[in-house]
Amino acid sequence: MLQFMLLFSRQGKLRLQKWYTAYQDKMKKKITRELVTTILTRKPKMCAFLEYKELKVVYKRYASLYFCCAVEETDNELMCLEVIHRYVELLDKYFGSVCELDIIFNFEKAYFILDEFLLAGEIQETSKKQVLKAIAAQDLLQEEETPQGFFEDHGLG
Amino acid sequence: MVVEKTIEKLDEVKSRLGRSLGTPMRLRDLIRQVRAARTMAEERAVVDREAANIRETFRDDDSPWKCRNIAKLLYIHMLGYPAHFGQMECMKLVAQPRFTDKRIGYLGAMLLLDERSEVHLLVTNSLKNDLNSSTQFVTGLALCTLGSICSAEMCRDLAGEVERLVKSSNTYIKKKAALCAFRIVRKVPDLMEMFISCTRSLLGEKNHGVLMGGITLVTEMCERSPDVLNHFRKLVPNLVRILKNLLMSGYSPEHDVTGISDPFLQIKILKLLRILGRNDAECSETMNDILAQVATNTETSKNVGNAILYETVLTIMEIRSESGLRVLAINILGRFLLNPDKNIRYVALNTLLKTVNIDYNAVQRHRTIVVDCLKDPDVSIRKRAMELCFALINQTNITNMTKEILIFLETADPEFKSECASKMYVATERYSPNFRWHLDTMVKVLKLSGNYVPEEVVSCMIQLVSSHSELQTYAALQLFRAAQEDVVNAQPLLQVAFWTIGEFGDLLLQSQEDDGARVAESDVLDVFERILPSTLSAPTTKAYGLTALAKLATRFQQSSSRIIGLIRQHGSHLQLELQQRSVEFARLLERDELKYGLLERMPVITANSLNSAAAPMVNDISNDNGGDNLLSEINSITRGNVQHPPAASHSDDLLGLMDVGGSSTMPTSAPNGMAQMKGGANLLGDLLGDSGPPPTSQPVSHQQQLGHSSVGGAMDGGMDIFADLGGAPSNNPSSSSMTALSANGLLVKFDFERPTQPNFPVVVRMNATNSTSTPIENFVFQAAVTKAFQVEMMPPSGSTIPSSGHGAVSQLIKITRLSEGQPLRMRLKANYSQNGQTQAIQGEVNKFPEFW
Repeated sequence: MLQFMLLFSRQGKLRLQKWYTAYQDKMKKKITRELVTTILTRKPKMCAFLEYKELKVVYKRYASLYFCCAVEETDNELMCLEVIHRYVELLDKYFGSVCELDIIFNFEKAYFILDEFLLAGEIQETSKKQVLKAIAAQDLLQEEETPQGFFEDHGLG
Repeated sequence: MVVEKTIEKLDEVKSRLGRSLGTPMRLRDLIRQVRAARTMAEERAVVDREAANIRETFRDDDSPWKCRNIAKLLYIHMLGYPAHFGQMECMKLVAQPRFTDKRIGYLGAMLLLDERSEVHLLVTNSLKNDLNSSTQFVTGLALCTLGSICSAEMCRDLAGEVERLVKSSNTYIKKKAALCAFRIVRKVPDLMEMFISCTRSLLGEKNHGVLMGGITLVTEMCERSPDVLNHFRKLVPNLVRILKNLLMSGYSPEHDVTGISDPFLQIKILKLLRILGRNDAECSETMNDILAQVATNTETSKNVGNAILYETVLTIMEIRSESGLRVLAINILGRFLLNPDKNIRYVALNTLLKTVNIDYNAVQRHRTIVVDCLKDPDVSIRKRAMELCFALINQTNITNMTKEILIFLETADPEFKSECASKMYVATERYSPNFRWHLDTMVKVLKLSGNYVPEEVVSCMIQLVSSHSELQTYAALQLFRAAQEDVVNAQPLLQVAFWTIGEFGDLLLQSQEDDGARVAESDVLDVFERILPSTLSAPTTKAYGLTALAKLATRFQQSSSRIIGLIRQHGSHLQLELQQRSVEFARLLERDELKYGLLERMPVITANSLNSAAAPMVNDISNDNGGDNLLSEINSITRGNVQHPPAASHSDDLLGLMDVGGSSTMPTSAPNGMAQMKGGANLLGDLLGDSGPPPTSQPVSHQQQLGHSSVGGAMDGGMDIFADLGGAPSNNPSSSSMTALSANGLLVKFDFERPTQPNFPVVVRMNATNSTSTPIENFVFQAAVTKAFQVEMMPPSGSTIPSSGHGAVSQLIKITRLSEGQPLRMRLKANYSQNGQTQAIQGEVNKFPEFW
């Protein structure tokens, strides 16, 4: 089971955080800070795994963004890399060749996609098509109820 | 380009217009402003201003902008600014009928709330409502939130709803509900039962999402409960069929990952098979073929394929698989080790470590590659490799392996050095070809690991030298040479060296190098002169040094004035311990009639924790304890000790030593002269050996100091054991307890540990509590037995018993039977003062359980 997932930039700025186990806020910040520093100092040719406390941390860099997951001792690290990759593929399909800016300005969408792919820290749907279909249908629901007039800007804007 | 620019302009106009009409800032405008900030202060200003605006609008309950404000707040939250004032607003948003509001509201709830939040009742109600919604996506949002932040209470409140949804005909809801059920079972295992019946049907589904959820749920349940595991064993054929279909089915674009059909599902199934097949020959047999098929047919050019193989290997090694299959698995690992991909190599090392207990020889074959991994620049790989190396050391390869490990140690990170030093000690202790080699290797390890060497290793080294009389000359010379080099960064090495030089100074002078060179007294003292005053030397090292000097004063002929000078230098040292030692030693050395006896060589130090850990484990219970000890990283001694009297009595020796060093309040008198009682003084006598003059009361304290410093490490072990014996209430079946004395609110209880062998002493743990409202002070407990027995009192844990049962004094009493026939009878006496009055209570215990 995934314990948490973090997305951060090469500058160490957090872009997305999803916690599947309860930690104190202070603890969350501490873990984030420590992992970001450790991972950023690792060389590109090193392996994608880290041992952090009793967790295994799996990370991968895509362009300017680092995707970092913490899994339990008994989880398959190589599979976790595939989970990360699948998430990136989903983002890519949704945004159309995704870049960091897409995730910054549409962070809520990135969360929605993640929530259709994973649930409670486990994989919920292994079909890309199904995930994107669910997201599209919900986006449509949102669009239908949002007046699109020039002055009535009720959406997130 | 032009079009884009125009759109951007239009957007800006719209934004400004909106603001002038009183609309709150749009999310993307906030993000832009934050990104435009050049300094942290600027960013903070932007955020603070907007956070204040958001707070302001939260006061207005009907604001149509709530959704937008929450979205902005979530962005602010991600930047690391406080946003918890939005928790309540999220819950209000969730209660709105609009889907956008719910979607953002639940996202906010997942980010801002967690299991410990106060608004739980509110969350539970909203979730309950939405779980019953007719829109599948609203139900989906609620399930997703439940899966993220549910607390134990919420689990109990909503498990019924979730169970209903698991049975839903809608796959979108079903798969989410199954994972929520997984989460609930993990959080509150008691609720497992209600999901068992609905889970089974999940595995009959075609939809992969539902299958994933179902298998995840079954896996969790099987890991939590052996009964459920048995129940689900009959699922093995179903799982095998699903896996077979995945392998056989042709290309299906929906679930394909680089030519492999749904690897996510395959891995989930493999993991569940592992749990179901563990220790079950029949299930293992059923899955044998399919595992072989996966292991041979999976394409390995991509990571996905290797992920599946990795999972397959783990399953093969853990179930009762056929030997052919195991060979296949080990070969896969061998290929992994040679893979250029670092990730795969890491996984291989990790798996080999897991399988080393199952198939030692197969893993041993890969030793050279593993050793190479010690040189890897990647710390994750080095760590794995080091652990595996120590698992692979044995009698035949220790010399080669040690060479490699020493090279590794030279450049290793501090985090490795300490672990490596203690593991090296254990390995060399067990497998060294001879003592000389053992000592040489450990001296190298101590040099290379420097100050990271744990204390236990120091005391083990001292014990090692102490117990090999034939090689003490050699050891003294080697350690002296090591100390001569510049080793201020290796304090532990210096401590061992000082101890050895002090003890065997005379042997050191007689020793001869290969080229015939001898060590002169002045050479030795030069080393002390250089290291003792150095600010880089640790106080412990200096203490070892001072003691060594005192010993040398009786072993060296010509340099006594120089030695005394060195000792006196510390007479005004800021460290109290050093100062005291210095003054006491200086005084002692003036007394010729005492010093030779007192500064005699220490008796051989017997086994301590690390050593017993290293000793081969032959059906010996006390060694068994040592094994546990090793596992718990040497320091903490497990409860096991309490349960096995042989171990306990062995540790009592250590206790005796501790007593010599520290406590001064020990009851040693034997009332009525009925029995011989051995106290600290007697033990001390034992320590000194027979040749010394009978210690008078004053020099005893010096001797105590000596004992204290020389066996520091062994003593620590003793204290641990003591803490354990004194602290943890033993709940093992071979013990019993009884009330020995009860008067005026003082209650004295005895707990017995039965001896496992007829000649071992019974260990009685005396526990005294005080139920009155005033504390009992100066508590001294005494016991006497008939002539057929011998009683030995260990030092008590204290002399004050706090009032109202808020604490206790405990003391160990060892009773040995000297002759057969008579039953055990004991006379007891407790002296104490309470409210300034001296009290004495006496009693007799005539009925003891049958021990022998």
